[in-house]
Amino acid sequence: MLAATSAPRIAPNKRTVLDARKRQFAKSTHGPEEYPHRLNFYVVPPSGDIALEQFEEWAIARLKVLAELESCQFRNRTPAETEEYMKPVLDKYMRLSSNASRSSDIEGERKRDHYSHWTLRLAFSSTADLRQRFARLEAQLFKLRMQSDDTRERQEFIKTLPMSWETLSEEEKATWLDQLKAATNVKRDEEESWFKVDWEKVPGLVERRQCLLKKGTAYVHVREQQTMVLNEFARQLETGLELSARFLPRMDEDNRLSPILHHLSQSFVAPDAGYTESSSIGDITIPTAAAIDGLAQHFPLCMQNLHRELRNNSHLKHFGRLQYTLFLKGIGLNLQECILFWRKSFKLIADDKFKSDYLYNIRHAYGDVGGDSNRRGKGYTPYSCQKLLTEPAPSAGQTHGCPYRTYSPDNLLTLLQAVGVTDRALLQGVREDVGKQRFHIACNRVFEHGHKGQLRKVKEEGLWAAGDLDTILHPNTYFKRSFLLKNLGKIKAGDLGVDGPESSSGGGREKMEE
Amino acid sequence: MPHATSPSPEAEATMNVEDSHMTDAPALPLEAEPSSDLAESQELPANGGTANLDSIFDDDDDDDEYSSSAPRKPEDSLQDIPQQVSKPKYSSPDILRQFYQRLFPFRPLFQWLNHSPTPQPDFQNREFAFVLPGGAYIRYQSFASADLFRKHVNPRDRKQLRKASAFRPVMKELVFDIDMTDYDPIRTCCSGAAICNKCWQFITMAVKVVDTALREDFGFQHILWVYSGRRGAHAWISDKRAREMDDTKRRSLANYLVLAMGNEQGKRGGIRRPLHPHIDRSLKILNPYFQTDVLADQDPWASTEQADKILQLLPDKGLTTALQKKWDSMPGRTSNQRWADIDAVAEAGHLSTMTAKQLVEAKQDIRLEYTYPRLDAEVSKKLNHLLKSPFVVHPGTGRVCVPIDTRDLEAFDPLSVPTVTELLREIDEWDNEHKDSMSADEKAKVQDWQKTRLKGYVEFFRGYVAGLLKEENKGKRGREEDVAAGADSMEF
Repeated sequence: MLAATSAPRIAPNKRTVLDARKRQFAKSTHGPEEYPHRLNFYVVPPSGDIALEQFEEWAIARLKVLAELESCQFRNRTPAETEEYMKPVLDKYMRLSSNASRSSDIEGERKRDHYSHWTLRLAFSSTADLRQRFARLEAQLFKLRMQSDDTRERQEFIKTLPMSWETLSEEEKATWLDQLKAATNVKRDEEESWFKVDWEKVPGLVERRQCLLKKGTAYVHVREQQTMVLNEFARQLETGLELSARFLPRMDEDNRLSPILHHLSQSFVAPDAGYTESSSIGDITIPTAAAIDGLAQHFPLCMQNLHRELRNNSHLKHFGRLQYTLFLKGIGLNLQECILFWRKSFKLIADDKFKSDYLYNIRHAYGDVGGDSNRRGKGYTPYSCQKLLTEPAPSAGQTHGCPYRTYSPDNLLTLLQAVGVTDRALLQGVREDVGKQRFHIACNRVFEHGHKGQLRKVKEEGLWAAGDLDTILHPNTYFKRSFLLKNLGKIKAGDLGVDGPESSSGGGREKMEE
Repeated sequence: MPHATSPSPEAEATMNVEDSHMTDAPALPLEAEPSSDLAESQELPANGGTANLDSIFDDDDDDDEYSSSAPRKPEDSLQDIPQQVSKPKYSSPDILRQFYQRLFPFRPLFQWLNHSPTPQPDFQNREFAFVLPGGAYIRYQSFASADLFRKHVNPRDRKQLRKASAFRPVMKELVFDIDMTDYDPIRTCCSGAAICNKCWQFITMAVKVVDTALREDFGFQHILWVYSGRRGAHAWISDKRAREMDDTKRRSLANYLVLAMGNEQGKRGGIRRPLHPHIDRSLKILNPYFQTDVLADQDPWASTEQADKILQLLPDKGLTTALQKKWDSMPGRTSNQRWADIDAVAEAGHLSTMTAKQLVEAKQDIRLEYTYPRLDAEVSKKLNHLLKSPFVVHPGTGRVCVPIDTRDLEAFDPLSVPTVTELLREIDEWDNEHKDSMSADEKAKVQDWQKTRLKGYVEFFRGYVAGLLKEENKGKRGREEDVAAGADSMEF
């Protein structure tokens, strides 16, 4: 299913069986993959069967990891900081245990890693832009994992790679020692160990004269080995992606996969985050229409902006209303309170007009009216950042959408200052992010700045799991996290573990994908 | 071969005056006005075309190889003065035709490019280019066999290729170009296109260093050095491994050999210490030349202004001030003396910031600056770069681009390389001399090139090609024999 190469990778006995009954009840002709190493070059696509849900879930988890990795890069985190930041994220979404660890699910973890890589490979092979981005992030992820790998296991893995290198014998080393040291610039405290490869394998080192050359053989210091493995990984991935791209059109007939793949590649704009029940604060306090003004300080800029507009004009246009209503629903405001909120807010509008023009929309958003009552469920889900960032930009007079995207940088900074964000360095950072179209990064930057103190406290005292501090991708997550942080003292720490964001971003996600 | 052929003999007849010889003559092959050969193109996926000529030849603008004024001179002068008077003899169509018909070693050249006695894709897919008298290029020519190649030197049969961009070079010899122009900042004897035996020494040094590095570091064995016809040398490396290198590898290799030189202000990128073994070895090769050929013969710091250059290269205030003072008081010191002065002054305790070791390193840097090969690296970096073929006639000087025997590098004298006119005269002289002493049969056995000074060069080239073929055959004997058998069975 995921194979994409020029040579047929499927053995004749594994060809598709066309008789549906035979296929359904036949024994699998291929055994499960084996994963002797933690690291994987992803050369061979998976051939086992997995459920469609797993196909998607695993890919989403990997996507989340890649998105976090990219955000580290956007925020100019140093490699050390990135590693520290990524560790909990990786543990949460894509744990990969070493052989030495006693983890019971090594095979499962590695299988997930393997399958999700290939799923995303399909999803991101369609355009050159996506391919490049995916290859870059995958290479970073590989690097991160390689660095965190157990030294011995890493060596074993490297040995299995088809890269013809040979360690220098003591004899050769003794013969060339001076030249080797001079050529590779070995520092006093570095180990004196070299390996041989054809010079064509290390053109970069040759170009910089950082290896010794003898008759076409390059003598390379071991410190370069990891770089070479990384380069090889990136190179193979890039060619692999090109191949996948060429084979992609053949997949079109499978109407189960293409929507998933399309959705996944969309998620790369801003990773999608579903709304979850736990983003509401209904379990802590019952929000009322009157409390919204007070809660507005915890709103992300998109919602604060709508709230300000509403207060200034006593009116909001349709899409603004929809966005805001869904958000309010998401924080736990019930339908009655919500109607009350809007009625009071539209103070220039007569009751009759309100009822005829606006009420229905609000009830519709809550799933109270409209369509088939068996199908409408609870109405629409609150919009995610991805939705706000990918929908058509608002036209004149409309105020919905993400201000980081829709406002000009100057107007954006004015707006931020108006809501109390005045730190000069922060504003500069926001301006840069916005200039590079990293809107959700800008928003997270503002969040982190506004909750500096609490975030530090939470981290230092270990109140929250580190995974709960990942990048915010949903306005309701923003609200919930802000609300909890500002009320740290008032809510017992114990409560947070149960209903805090713990279960908000990961566990509930899949439910939302339906 | 994926060429569209549209032989249109008549069309050629309409070409302008300078070309008129083409209509009747099997003249101009490679080079000279006619031109040169080039990049092999095997397999030609329509892709990444070879781009326009400008980009390919850009860095040649400053050397005399192609587009410089040299080849155009005859043409320009044609316009105002009668042809016979102004046109240098060696570029007259008749002479060139004779040269390519009688002297040009088609057979060994074919084998050299073909890497085998029977026609292979290596040759068949090779691109040749010809330069017309007007300076125009005919590119993307290729030939199925040596004989066709020779015949096609007759332009009436020229192929027309419609989609030049469909070609993508996949294989070519690794080439190097060393040109004297790059030495202008440090040579004092000549400048521009001129050379003399003194500055040819720079080329000798460069050939030695590059040749050694290619053999020892990269393990290449089949390196052919060719005099470029005026004031430089080309290297063609025919090892299989070298031919198959892609652009990235070519760039790496070229940069491995290139040393970033200090700019005019004497600011250098800094050569890493300890010296890379390649640089270290090169320095050892070059040291003897520095004393004799640079300091003594070139005398690059003779005048006061020239001496300033060396002061700028010494990053120590105390030292340079003391030297300046000394030199002001005794003008007219030679470069050798000044070079010795550096150590003398330094020993007298005038070093302010540098340690003795740093001084040694600074002096090494200076020696490298004045002796290390200055490659025209761009030529080596691209698969699609055209380079003049061996044995063609240089359009500016009329000299034949003969191979250089690196075993006896010092003996090579660029000024004594035969010109095309000399060679043709030598044939006549030989015929005259042997008019009576040999029978007609015997004479017929003697080929024209054997009657001239070209003989030594052609024989050297043959020997070189034989070595290459032998090596090449080792690897693919099996396949070769199959092909040969197949070819035989088709023979009548």
